[in-house]
Amino acid sequence: MTAISDRRQLAYVASQAAEARVNLELETEGMTLNIGPQHPATHGTLRIVAQLDGEQVIQAEPIMGYMHRGYEKLTEVRTYPQVTTLVNRIDWLGSFANEVPFILACEQLMDIEAPPRAQHIRTILHEMARMAHVTLFLGDLGVQLGAITPVFYAFRDREHILNQIESATGGRFHPNFDRIGGVKDDLPAGWIAESKQAVRKIRDFCNTIEDLLFGNEIFQARTRGIGVIPADIGLSYGLSGANIRASGVDWDLRRDNPNGLAYDKVDWKVWTHPDGDSFARSWVRLQEVREACNIVEQLLDTLPKGPIMAKVPRIIKVPEGEAYVSTENPLGEMGYYVVSKGGLTPFRVKIRTASFNNMSITPWVLKGTYVPDVITILASLYFILGDIDR
Amino acid sequence: MDPYLLDGVDFGDVVLSVAKAILAFVICLVATMFMVWFERKVVSRLQNRIGPNTSGPFGILQTLMDGIKLFFKEDNIPKEADPFVFRLAPYLSLIPAFLTFTLIPLGGDFNNGNDGAVTVFGRETFLQVADPPVGILFFLAMSSLGIYGIMLAGWASGSKYPLLGSVRASAQAISYEAALGLSLAAVVLVTGGLSMNSIVMQQAGEGFGGIIPNFNIIVTGFIPFAVFLIAGTAELNRPPFDLVEAEQELVGGFHTEYSGIRFALFFLAEFMNTVTMAAIIVTLFFGGPAGPAFLGSTLGWLTGMFWFLLKLLVFLFAFVWFRASLPRFRYDQLMSLGWKLLIPLSLGWLLVLAGIRVARNGDLGIADSAFGDTLIVIGVAFAILLIGMYVLRSAMTNARRDRLIAAGFNPREVN
Amino acid sequence: MSEFLRQYLLVAVFGGLAFGLVAALIGAASLFRPSRPSTGKVENYESGVDPVGSSWSQSQIRYYIFALLFVMFDVEAVFIFPWAARLEAFGFFGLVEMMIFIFILALGLAYAWRKGVLRWA
Repeated sequence: MTAISDRRQLAYVASQAAEARVNLELETEGMTLNIGPQHPATHGTLRIVAQLDGEQVIQAEPIMGYMHRGYEKLTEVRTYPQVTTLVNRIDWLGSFANEVPFILACEQLMDIEAPPRAQHIRTILHEMARMAHVTLFLGDLGVQLGAITPVFYAFRDREHILNQIESATGGRFHPNFDRIGGVKDDLPAGWIAESKQAVRKIRDFCNTIEDLLFGNEIFQARTRGIGVIPADIGLSYGLSGANIRASGVDWDLRRDNPNGLAYDKVDWKVWTHPDGDSFARSWVRLQEVREACNIVEQLLDTLPKGPIMAKVPRIIKVPEGEAYVSTENPLGEMGYYVVSKGGLTPFRVKIRTASFNNMSITPWVLKGTYVPDVITILASLYFILGDIDR
Repeated sequence: MDPYLLDGVDFGDVVLSVAKAILAFVICLVATMFMVWFERKVVSRLQNRIGPNTSGPFGILQTLMDGIKLFFKEDNIPKEADPFVFRLAPYLSLIPAFLTFTLIPLGGDFNNGNDGAVTVFGRETFLQVADPPVGILFFLAMSSLGIYGIMLAGWASGSKYPLLGSVRASAQAISYEAALGLSLAAVVLVTGGLSMNSIVMQQAGEGFGGIIPNFNIIVTGFIPFAVFLIAGTAELNRPPFDLVEAEQELVGGFHTEYSGIRFALFFLAEFMNTVTMAAIIVTLFFGGPAGPAFLGSTLGWLTGMFWFLLKLLVFLFAFVWFRASLPRFRYDQLMSLGWKLLIPLSLGWLLVLAGIRVARNGDLGIADSAFGDTLIVIGVAFAILLIGMYVLRSAMTNARRDRLIAAGFNPREVN
Repeated sequence: MSEFLRQYLLVAVFGGLAFGLVAALIGAASLFRPSRPSTGKVENYESGVDPVGSSWSQSQIRYYIFALLFVMFDVEAVFIFPWAARLEAFGFFGLVEMMIFIFILALGLAYAWRKGVLRWA
């Protein structure tokens, strides 16, 4: 009896050993793949180190800093009016939107309020920056999915908005137009009518993109249910902007905190989407471009007359103190924490950029996805490398 | 089978063979170069760009210039590569592409029961390089061989992105080749032969009412054509199935590590395959050189060539159009499309088609006229397509809901 | 040479021409192109950074069961073609035979589907 059970046990052990040998032979190693910094899908120099099993991502880690330019430090050796030239370059697609929170923070410290006309112009340019920014996102989304046509339409129609920004500010990409206490110049003659036409072009573009991309079955199959970020996870990672609104969180600084901007004077809507997937993020952005068109059209109609600058001393010295002001930029919440010791230059400026926080969720959201989805999710999270690395 | 080769081969036959081969070879190369230019030009216009416009009139020499440039580029073989297979892969990719081209009837008069043969040096021959009796099988074999070039190129590079590309290539091949073959079975069913010439002859002649042509797309009831078009696009690795070289995901896919003339050869093979696949579609489903019979054939064999080129151009444009307007599939989606939709659909349809034809033959004594037969085929086809569309849509909605629930959401319908 | 093989004469000539073209292009290019080897050039591409590990490692292929199914269906196609070409001759009997054949295969596919091997784990 014992002999039989011994033999059985021996056979069992032998079979286990054989199986282990086979398993060892067939053991697959994880593959470490660098996606970026020189990769077509990282629009810049983001690097993602992914552990792959076949094409499935086991673990992904973003490595940032390839484009760090040290703007926080540089601001400490610039006078306050010179800083806008610098911060313009942080999120290069929505340049004007970068200037606004810094100027607002300085105004808060100096206790100045810009006159209503200046506030209107700021808001118009802010929303135009959003249009120029997000139209490119909508085009780029197609490219990341392999449909190369939308981006060319995006570049074509974005041009109309850039022309308007140029004719008002003198700069297509880096307006450097916002001043402490107001804006640099008044609007040129005929600008309002031209802008309305440009906004109509953007509306047409949104309709085109909705037909071309959002209605496409392959697009939906590639984005729906992919890269789902639930609201609580998104909030805990500090997502902001359309990324968190796409998870169903009704949070928009334009409505919740419209200090120094004219958002409370127009009738508009904050769009949210309950799904929290790549499709939702893209869809919310599409709606936001349309909403930006609404806002700009209304503001153009109700543009008040009056001065464009408040009374500001010739040499600007910001009184001692500290202020944090953030606005809803195209990428999300962008804030400046300005500390002043009363001198000509800021003592310390801390810049909170949206992309940096939006990127920090990538290890969580990329886990378990496939390589093609990595690209879609990164595209739908929408980041600008300059905005991550500063 | 080509008539002049039927009895014995003398010296004149050999001369004719070589002349035909060289002529077709040149046509094939010129057509490929034209396709590269055509694609770039058309896709540019669709994308609000100008496209090549400097080399030659309308930039038509652009392909040649690109070729010359790549010819003079340094050739790199990565140090981790398998040098022999790395060098072998371009051959494996290009030679099958050329060989498939031999099957295509380029012209000839097929009206009034003619078999499309023309007389050259007193010998009757088809305007087709070769007409093997198992043409369709030869096409399937060659298109499978072409995949090896891509697979081995990616594998031999010894680099990660190409490796992923080659893994995808084999996944794509096993998902679509079966559907490709099964959809062709329907063509064989209605034609009763596997040679390309007999398939074209079958489709020529008076159609229904003298106006609707007798093309296989109608006779086989559209479904095999749809399956073949999708599977063929996948076989070509063209958008929306260009996963193998998905630029945004895999940088260059299987040819990431290739440079210079070897890269150019892959490029050439890809476009040659596109031209050939379009030609095969035209031949198998749209009558090839056989035009609508009621328009006659005043120009003799040139009529056939005219119709063939016209139809070919339509499909070349369609391939470019796909590229300009469709996003890319993910490759598990691609595999499920192949296995869960195309294979069952083409198998099922083959049986339905066979059933209808057997019934017409009088075994069951239902329908009797060819016209009525085709009407039944088309009716059933559209019913199946409609039901299929409904099932597919509901499946997509369900899948999305499941994913959202799995992610911890309480889904509501938005938009 | 038999009649059947004679039809492939031109295919062979064509294949020879194609091989000649490829070989001639690669050969001629090797005469004209520059060759300045350096260690950086032969490095594998990995998005501009030094490659991590070797890519000659075993990695999991998730679709090997698909590959098995593929062999089955491709062999099936070989049986279907001759049947399809001779359908009129076999008539009703052939149809029923083929239906049984395809039904068994479809049953296999359905089983695989039901077992979840057509899904990516």
